[in-house]
Amino acid sequence: MVDFVTGLRCRECARPFPAEALHVCDYCFGPLEVVYDYERIAASVTREDIGRGPRSIWRYRDLLPVADERPVELGAGFTPLVRADRLAAELGLGELWIKDDTANPTGSFKDRVVSVALTKARQLGFKVAACASTGNLANSVAAHAARAGMQSVVLIPDDLEVAKVTMTAVYGGVVVAVKGTYDDVNRLCAELTSERPSWAFVNVNVRTYYAEGSKTLAFEIAEQLGWQAPDHVVVPIASGSQLTKVAKGFAELGTVGLLDDVPSVRISGAQAAGCSPVATAFAEGRDAIKPVKPSTIAKSLAIGNPADGWYALEAIRSSGGSCAAVTDDEILDAIGLLARTEGIFAETAGGVTIATLAKLAASGAVRPDERVVALVTGHGLKTVEALAGRVRPTASIDPTLAAFEASVHMDAANHPEETR
Amino acid sequence: MSVTVRIPTQLRTLTGGAGEVQVEGASVGEALKALDAAHAGFGERLFDQAGELRRFVNVFLADEDVRFLEGLATPVAQGQTISIVPAVAGG
Repeated sequence: MVDFVTGLRCRECARPFPAEALHVCDYCFGPLEVVYDYERIAASVTREDIGRGPRSIWRYRDLLPVADERPVELGAGFTPLVRADRLAAELGLGELWIKDDTANPTGSFKDRVVSVALTKARQLGFKVAACASTGNLANSVAAHAARAGMQSVVLIPDDLEVAKVTMTAVYGGVVVAVKGTYDDVNRLCAELTSERPSWAFVNVNVRTYYAEGSKTLAFEIAEQLGWQAPDHVVVPIASGSQLTKVAKGFAELGTVGLLDDVPSVRISGAQAAGCSPVATAFAEGRDAIKPVKPSTIAKSLAIGNPADGWYALEAIRSSGGSCAAVTDDEILDAIGLLARTEGIFAETAGGVTIATLAKLAASGAVRPDERVVALVTGHGLKTVEALAGRVRPTASIDPTLAAFEASVHMDAANHPEETR
Repeated sequence: MSVTVRIPTQLRTLTGGAGEVQVEGASVGEALKALDAAHAGFGERLFDQAGELRRFVNVFLADEDVRFLEGLATPVAQGQTISIVPAVAGG
């Protein structure tokens, strides 16, 4: 099986590199991008073939940077795209969809990028999978490494949510809690990459391939809308990689002829106010991203020095999108709103997306005449402690009818069916 | 002031493969200029035309990003370690 990759290229200075475990240009330190032969892909790929493919990200393998008959996978991708009419009504929007990536094998979109990264890492001969993670990536790397029979070494900040630590350690790999922020962990991993060249750090030395997995969000959204692009997509920003690759994914669909034209999709970014370097640069009209020290309950988005911040900002601006940041209270309210209106339980990052969507809808940046997709990228079970004190049993009673009748009164406004 | 500079893989061709280099300097900027004087090629890789750090280069003094300190003017103490790290990582 062959892929359509012709090499790597520096996004800044365009110097070419071979398709190996390289992530930055050794001249200007710019990020390397995978270069594809789009003419050959266009001649090969069809909507029908994709439709007959596996119900996972690998149905789009012609547009991924590694080809393998048996990829390293647990079934990532092809998650539900859910029409969200009740949420749309609450926000004053029209056609709204939720891309529900809580449904991935380890409960977040990271399974998309890790499946691609470890498939490529295995092909390159690596035996150890490593990463710096805010939690979701840790879960996914540990699980996929176990699946592939690889060793894993995962580095995380020492203040992560209990579930994210448990969901990593259970797979039996090495888990290192680092005293510091994610940015400290990331710096340590970037240095370790130089000292442990035989390890595949999925978001360092194989990041070029890893990041490409996020394009599948765009591919799936278009396919699930009947091979049509949405008008507007709202994407959370941590490093900025996901947003940048969603934009790239939509463009590629036009380039290879899966959509009739390169679609014009507005891309808007969502951040937590306690870690909003990209939203701040957007609001101030600056190009430079000023690093920050994060302080937010949205730990999976708490990257104060985002590697792809520049490119995310560029993708937002060039698409006519917007960017905003929301407080921790707004995040928690939005988690409740999404759960109550659509039956989807999101982690704090999903709360950031929905709260930002609400804010952008209120300001008119997201409009009721647009077909809008919001990305909910991780499951609420991962961050249950964020909701401590907010949700609890309605009543706690003795097992008697009398106690039930005395304590439980259905609210007619919230439960209209009950009063019929 | 003698300080240690940690060199990433991408720049070790300039140091003959060495991962650490000792240099003299009173500030981060001076230490990096001394590095360029000892191993030609570092200057153009680390600095843009205005003499500022390139946007994809992170420099840490004792594990703290110098952008949170005083940038290239940050004073260094005897025996401290400066790390040069490619910015494109993580997420």
